[in-house]
Amino acid sequence: MLEMRLAGAKDGAGRLMEQEGGARKVSHTVEMSVEEIGKVLDAELVTGGRNPLPSVRMGCGCDLMSDVLSFAKPNTLLLTGLVTPQVIYAAEVADIKVVCFVRGKRPRGEMVKLAESKGIVLLTTPYGMFESCGRLYQCGLRGCFEMGEERKLGAGSA
Amino acid sequence: MARDDRGFTKIQELAYELRVADAMTAAVETIGPENTVGDLAQRLREMKISGMPVCDKEKLVGMMSIEDLINCLMEGELGRKIRHKMTRDVVTLYADEPLTRAVERFEKTGFGRFPVLERKSGKVVGIITKGDIVRCLLRKLEIDYREEEARRHRVSHLFDDLEADSSRLVLRYRVEGGDFTTAGQRSSRLKRNLTRLGFHPEMRRRAAIAAYEAEMNMVIFTPGGELEVCVEPGRITVEAVDRGPGIADVELAMKPGYSSAPDWVRELGFGAGMGLPNIKSCSDEMTLETRPGEGTRLRFVVGPRS
Repeated sequence: MLEMRLAGAKDGAGRLMEQEGGARKVSHTVEMSVEEIGKVLDAELVTGGRNPLPSVRMGCGCDLMSDVLSFAKPNTLLLTGLVTPQVIYAAEVADIKVVCFVRGKRPRGEMVKLAESKGIVLLTTPYGMFESCGRLYQCGLRGCFEMGEERKLGAGSA
Repeated sequence: MARDDRGFTKIQELAYELRVADAMTAAVETIGPENTVGDLAQRLREMKISGMPVCDKEKLVGMMSIEDLINCLMEGELGRKIRHKMTRDVVTLYADEPLTRAVERFEKTGFGRFPVLERKSGKVVGIITKGDIVRCLLRKLEIDYREEEARRHRVSHLFDDLEADSSRLVLRYRVEGGDFTTAGQRSSRLKRNLTRLGFHPEMRRRAAIAAYEAEMNMVIFTPGGELEVCVEPGRITVEAVDRGPGIADVELAMKPGYSSAPDWVRELGFGAGMGLPNIKSCSDEMTLETRPGEGTRLRFVVGPRS
């Protein structure tokens, strides 16, 4: 059973509601710090980027960098199984500050240096893509699609 | 969360780059072994320092710290010669050692200061305390910070400072076809430039994403080409010109999800058929000219219509 000591995360999961037409909506945005993500995913920090560590407001699980560039928004956590420098470049141009590699994949050497130079935080989790996304979603972290929809529909406080 | 402790903070990096010589106090005060403890007390008071290397004709023979002095005071030994009271097993550092070595030594030994020797001659050239290290790191951090700030400041005012009715800056990036190791690098550099030039985050993000897609297309499908970025206040125009095979069916290529990329490209996370549609959605204007067998000229603008 996943421990949910994180106040914000628990709050968010607790507020999952059924909307009209069956669409699910969380009543407010859950923000997760790198440390919280680390706990939920049993993840290891590969490089910390620049201090202080950033936090994220939504997640995106994706191996296609083009999709990342199309849909991910700033303050997104990128989960990916792809370990190439293009992941770092894509993260940089899309204003993504935190990348977590799934299934224990771990970038090395040049790639870590590249991420460091751009202030991007890298994590590695032993869980697969499905489990990783599930764990975070259960904690109330939302997907970047949902967040986009919400903005389009004009829902939420803003 | 398990934390990787193999050194990634800026401070650790700096402590590795900097040398003991950068942090130490040079022109060190020394005392001779034949002087008395009383002489030492007077010198320490005058100089307002807390310890001194003991040197016999430039050769280091021991150390006297304020703790040693207090012990002598308690024993009433102010008149005794330094050589009877000094610490003989002196831990030293070489001036060319990295600062991390000094930090380790302080942690390991618990001493307050180390004499610093020149490696070749073995002469005492300085003394280093924990305070010296902290001061040196802070100074270096401040210099680095100021340099980046100055750079940002300088460039962000570029357009204000130029005296003309209108001005534009052209940045050119050459792209190698098929070279996946550097693919994405130009867009990354472009983004940093747009940040320094003070563009709004959303605008520089859109321009960089579109440029990244254009760059990837060039790497995947063509033998190479050039990205020419024209920067004006509030407006970014990118022209991506390649010598590739051209696009046979533009309408089809613009369809989200359509791609003619080979499998090896897909394995690298590209070729999902989102490139051109993504460039279109990120830009405010887009035109595509292509001639089969000759090449493609893609132009897009981020910013208000001219």
